Amino acid sequence: MVLVPALLVAAAMALPLAYLVLRSLENGWGEFFEVALRGKTFAVLLRSVALATVVTAASVVVAVPLAWLTARTDLPGRRAWAVLAALPLVVPSYVGGLVLVSMFGPRGFFQGALAPLGVERLPEIYGLPGAALALTLFSYPYVFLTVRGALRGMDPALEEAARSLGSGGWATFFRVTLPQLRPAIVAGALLVALYALSDFGAVSLLQFDSFSREIYTQYRSAFDRTPAAILALMLVALTAAILALEARTRGRARYHQSFSGRHPRGGTVVTLGRWRWPAVLLCGTVVLLALVLPVGVLVFWLTRGVAAGEPLRLLWGAAFNSVYVSALAAGVAALGALPVAILAVRFGGRLASFVERLSYLGYALPGIVLALALVFFGSNFAPGLYGTLVLLVFAYAVHFLPQAVGATRAALLQVRPSVEEAARGLGRSPLEVLRTVTAPLASSGILAGAALVFLTTMKELPATLLLAPLGFDTLATSIWTATSEAFYARAAAPALLLIAVSVLPMYLLVVRERAR
Amino acid sequence: MSYRFLHRLPSASIILLVVLAAFLAAGCGGQEEQSGGGSASGGSTSSGETTSSGGSASGGETTVSGGSASGGGSASGGGSASGEASGEGLVVYSGRNEELVGPIIERFEEQSGVDVEVRYGDTAELAATILEEGQNSPADVFFSQDAGALGALTNEGILSPLPEEALSQVEERFRDPNGEWVGVSGRARVAAYNTEALSEADLPGSILEFTDPQWSGRIGWAPTNGSFQAFVTALRVIEGEDAAREWLEGVQANDPRRYDNNLAVLEGVTSGEIEVGFVNHYYLFQLQEESGGNVPAANYFFQNGDPGSLVNVAGIGILNTADNTPAAEEFLQFMLSEEAQSYFANETFEYPLIEGVPINEGLVPLSEIQTPDVDLGNLDDLEGTLDLLRETGVL
Repeated sequence: MVLVPALLVAAAMALPLAYLVLRSLENGWGEFFEVALRGKTFAVLLRSVALATVVTAASVVVAVPLAWLTARTDLPGRRAWAVLAALPLVVPSYVGGLVLVSMFGPRGFFQGALAPLGVERLPEIYGLPGAALALTLFSYPYVFLTVRGALRGMDPALEEAARSLGSGGWATFFRVTLPQLRPAIVAGALLVALYALSDFGAVSLLQFDSFSREIYTQYRSAFDRTPAAILALMLVALTAAILALEARTRGRARYHQSFSGRHPRGGTVVTLGRWRWPAVLLCGTVVLLALVLPVGVLVFWLTRGVAAGEPLRLLWGAAFNSVYVSALAAGVAALGALPVAILAVRFGGRLASFVERLSYLGYALPGIVLALALVFFGSNFAPGLYGTLVLLVFAYAVHFLPQAVGATRAALLQVRPSVEEAARGLGRSPLEVLRTVTAPLASSGILAGAALVFLTTMKELPATLLLAPLGFDTLATSIWTATSEAFYARAAAPALLLIAVSVLPMYLLVVRERAR
Repeated sequence: MSYRFLHRLPSASIILLVVLAAFLAAGCGGQEEQSGGGSASGGSTSSGETTSSGGSASGGETTVSGGSASGGGSASGGGSASGEASGEGLVVYSGRNEELVGPIIERFEEQSGVDVEVRYGDTAELAATILEEGQNSPADVFFSQDAGALGALTNEGILSPLPEEALSQVEERFRDPNGEWVGVSGRARVAAYNTEALSEADLPGSILEFTDPQWSGRIGWAPTNGSFQAFVTALRVIEGEDAAREWLEGVQANDPRRYDNNLAVLEGVTSGEIEVGFVNHYYLFQLQEESGGNVPAANYFFQNGDPGSLVNVAGIGILNTADNTPAAEEFLQFMLSEEAQSYFANETFEYPLIEGVPINEGLVPLSEIQTPDVDLGNLDDLEGTLDLLRETGVL
């Protein structure tokens, strides 16, 4: 029953893959092997692996302590910190990268400020360090949100039992809490790793030749789509390897709550004592780098522009368009994720895990590849839909579905099957059970997934440029229009608007978790 | 069965699944053969458009058009309208930025009464998009940032020959040898120099002479910039791979300052951080306008067909699948009109490419710039250039 919709979603997810296979083999296997096996491709592969590894590790190191501090301790102002620490997610990487360059670049703000002190040269920002820094700062919230959600949804009984049996605070954290967090950490880390592979904005601004930058170079170079497709297929292979690794890391453990649904009580609150202020300092540093700095630079550009006579253009139309398509994408992705997650959690098996994994492929591909795949299928096989919002929203859903699948899956894991079975036993049909029992119990996860998709769609650029209806401006395209001609003052207004519009859903996302 | 609502909701995915099935059934040749389906509606004027339809699998063809028909059908209301041009409107894919060409396109709309819809994007991405769309491209006109992308479309047989009256207005070196695209505005590579540190007489006759050690620590460039890379490609074509490598290594040995873009290079020149920088000619005028006065910098033009004096163009091509070729040709004529050419000269500070339009003060007239002898449409071996830049440690 759940199989048919799940397979339909899987078929949609397979579209980009079908496109890539078609394009890669267009000129036969000869060119395929030539491109795939040359040394340069191998070097790009290594660089991409290095980037994904560094970004993922750094994100976990940053995010887990922040999540724990804001969820489980008496950190001063922890609710505010929770929202602030999640917000960098809404900063587009092509804005964040620009800000980092203008701050830490060879002739950036800090170099200028430190020059009188005799600092001749800042450490090189271009290359792996800068790209990894940018991607970590603006994607660690994936781990933060999933881990924080897991901490709040966790049954405190286990920890209490450990404490009552004489285990100390740290020992309890490492032996009881952390193992329970593992699925959440892995789920968040997977999103970060694949995002690092797909992102183009940060790696191009900070000049690091990962797969996505190399793929784009191929499009620019001789306008040949075949080598680009071959490289993208290599990226798919890398993604498959990461997914296999994730499957091994995820483990088989399941942690159902000992009660039927909503949280009766929060977890124990740890008193920080003299660690309070160091903890605040930690949160403050991260928020300063990942949020205050970009917003500050944008405000600076804006005021400098306005002072120079630049008209202040608030693009409400573009803002409305952004919110509108992002909301549609969030809804479609949440619905599409449901059958996939149900299949994976309740039925399991090879097919289920295949379908779930397949949904991650679209996420790991650079937006331009996904966009061209849908340009190809849309214009040639669904001309009625090509150039309409339907295809654009479809593209977003294919691109960002894993965010919804991951969150929905995690929520379903915490719903005990016995509750559903009881409802079935009492005569409800499967659909009614889904509507009246499963969905409400998993609603927080489903909503969290939808919110993530919404926030990511807000900043999506390549697919929007190529697939949006003609004349359909969004905030992201407005920012791009300005930055690609180095009109930074003009880019600041839509960028700030994008961040401002994203604050509300992010606030709800974090606050709703708190309300449970 | 139950869960039925799930069947209905991702309707787009169902449609695309049907389409995928049709596609798989049709086999790989589908792209060319599909032309019959939905796109023929607009009464396309160019007749010789049949590309390479092998005419092999007629069964495949019916499957495909069946697929797209069902796609259109399940779109139920609304979907089908906007993809197809209706005959009066014009669809332009513009790799040129909206900030730069939006106003002049609006003026065309006002004067001609033609309703223009524009998809703005990156030039390379739009070229790839047009190639993917094949026979079904909604685009009538491709307005490209550089000649290379137009050359790529020409190679794929996507553009149609332009009317002679349009072509004849532009010098031969700034248009396609086969008449399938034409440049509408030009940008020259120059050496911008600080007028307080240097005078024109201090500068060498050829860009190749900047490998001289006397320029150590005085040069700036932006190796990630597309125009710079196009210049290096031209250098490879004109002087050969080894000479290009030697030049890059020689300049590199002079410890040039590296900037992120042309504007930053020029700001380096005006601030005195460097004495000379390799940029496009118009940044000086942008900076002059922004600062509202004199800046201590000037453009230096290399002479005698030096590779340093490459002039690249932004240009226009008309797709041979255009639904509205008359309007497309009107658009092209307008962009080559005195009004539009003056706009490019005064607003974007580029070179007008037709005779008799005044150029900015301080610009060397195009007629006096002897450009290197290269086909701008064939400056497309970017990959080779990037490899060379990396090898020499410039990138």
